[in-house]
Amino acid sequence: MIHPVPPGTRDVLPDEMRELRALSARVLETWQGAGYGEVWTPTLEFEDVMRRGDDRTGAAGFRTFDDHGHVLTLRTDGTIPIARLVANRYEHADAPLRLCYFAHAYRAVKVRSGQPREFLQGGLELIGLPGPAGDAEVIALTLEALQGAGLRRHRLGLGDGALYGALLAELEVPEPARDALIEALSRRDLVGVETRVRRLGLSDAAIELLTRLPTLRGGPEVLDRVDGPATRAVEGLRELYQLLAERGVADRVILDLGLVRELGYYTGAVFEVYDPAVGFAIGGGGRYDELLGRFGRPRPACGIALDIHRVHVAQLEEERQAS
Amino acid sequence: MTATGLTIAVPRGALFGETLDLLDRLGLDTREIRENERRLIFPELGVITTRPSDVPTYVEHGAADIGITGKDVLLEQGDREVYELLDLRYGYCRMIVAARDGDDPLGEPLRRRGSVRVATKYPHIAAEHFARTGRQAEIVEVKGSVEIGPLTGLVDAIVDLTASGRTLSENHLVEHEQIVECTARLIANPVSHKLKAEAIDLFVEKVREAVAQ
Repeated sequence: MIHPVPPGTRDVLPDEMRELRALSARVLETWQGAGYGEVWTPTLEFEDVMRRGDDRTGAAGFRTFDDHGHVLTLRTDGTIPIARLVANRYEHADAPLRLCYFAHAYRAVKVRSGQPREFLQGGLELIGLPGPAGDAEVIALTLEALQGAGLRRHRLGLGDGALYGALLAELEVPEPARDALIEALSRRDLVGVETRVRRLGLSDAAIELLTRLPTLRGGPEVLDRVDGPATRAVEGLRELYQLLAERGVADRVILDLGLVRELGYYTGAVFEVYDPAVGFAIGGGGRYDELLGRFGRPRPACGIALDIHRVHVAQLEEERQAS
Repeated sequence: MTATGLTIAVPRGALFGETLDLLDRLGLDTREIRENERRLIFPELGVITTRPSDVPTYVEHGAADIGITGKDVLLEQGDREVYELLDLRYGYCRMIVAARDGDDPLGEPLRRRGSVRVATKYPHIAAEHFARTGRQAEIVEVKGSVEIGPLTGLVDAIVDLTASGRTLSENHLVEHEQIVECTARLIANPVSHKLKAEAIDLFVEKVREAVAQ
């Protein structure tokens, strides 16, 4: 007789478990070496806390009730609990905080292959250091951790989550149309973006800019391919790319002017991590300068989370190719 | 390495012929594909052939870098993580609500039973359409010919694709509402879109020129 496990969850047997532990240990070693302290937060959070961080993640939570009738949710994300922890425990710390974690997050997504409801994240959060210096540190440590884990072909996509919105504001596109455009962009619907842009009655140059910008990705030369009102908007990325070059990791970075992350708390630089062995991003993150303020003292912050299972798949493929 | 440096998912079915014509115009020799009805993979061309509704699956998982499928398929599978890169303009058809000829086939059940029963192969699109227009609908998912639904008393109406309208009229059905117009679309895997940016941009540019002609 077979006793089922809930859809989107699974058992891990000794061979895989040993490798996952070893992988996590390698990543942790890199991060601890850079001064990041590992923390643990509860698997269950009050739903109010998760919603305070990002109203939209609340919808994806598995919920239960405690004996007082408070709604509890399995954490849907690693960053929001850290923001809560920092507000509670490090209210008066002035020096930058460097924290990391290895924990499961849970999302009640529609289950398809490759979309688990329980997933293991290894993440780091750098609080109190603004961009672009903070962004550069987080990106460099992500790439170094993956290198340490044996990946050789991984790349990091780097964009600015506020870029397209700033450009729309600059071109005086009315508010409702702006939201619809950003929504289409975050759904990766470039046909929808183009259709909507053409309806706005803008100049040919503005139409060209708004439809071409989301497709610009590659090395530093993409920053030179924008003109007009976008020139100023990409200055932040240019400065960050320079810092990454100084750290010697720029060759792994793909500048991506169309990158928008789905979570609602990103305010600046956004990242996605790729490996050719995996069809989905193996990690992602960004700058979230407003999140800490929702829990207490406002502080700039930046972080990233790697999907450890997907990194493991990339690691296996790397081994297979090497043998 | 294939000519384009990419793996392309090509839909068998209604879009098959025009998709192969498009690939021909890009300089790929598709004779092999046309002559081998039963072969599904053509590694030398970098082409895999699947059902149109499976194209987003292969592309989302990265088994194909890019693919071609109908907008109807993309709307029905709305949560797929793929880039929609280009409107290819061929394969034009419309998603419509149809019912038997007669007075007020949708209004009557809504007024007297509170909801309308609708058969469709596109349950997501149908449910979304009725929800958006503030009407309650009971969606009955079927896999095959949806036209017999209203004729057998299974449902009051259908939501389906129509190109010429001939199948509808042959089954004494009349279009009542248009939901959306659909054409073929070029889609891409999000990781390939970054890691194979040059090859994809080159492909998109060539396709753009080909469909503009």
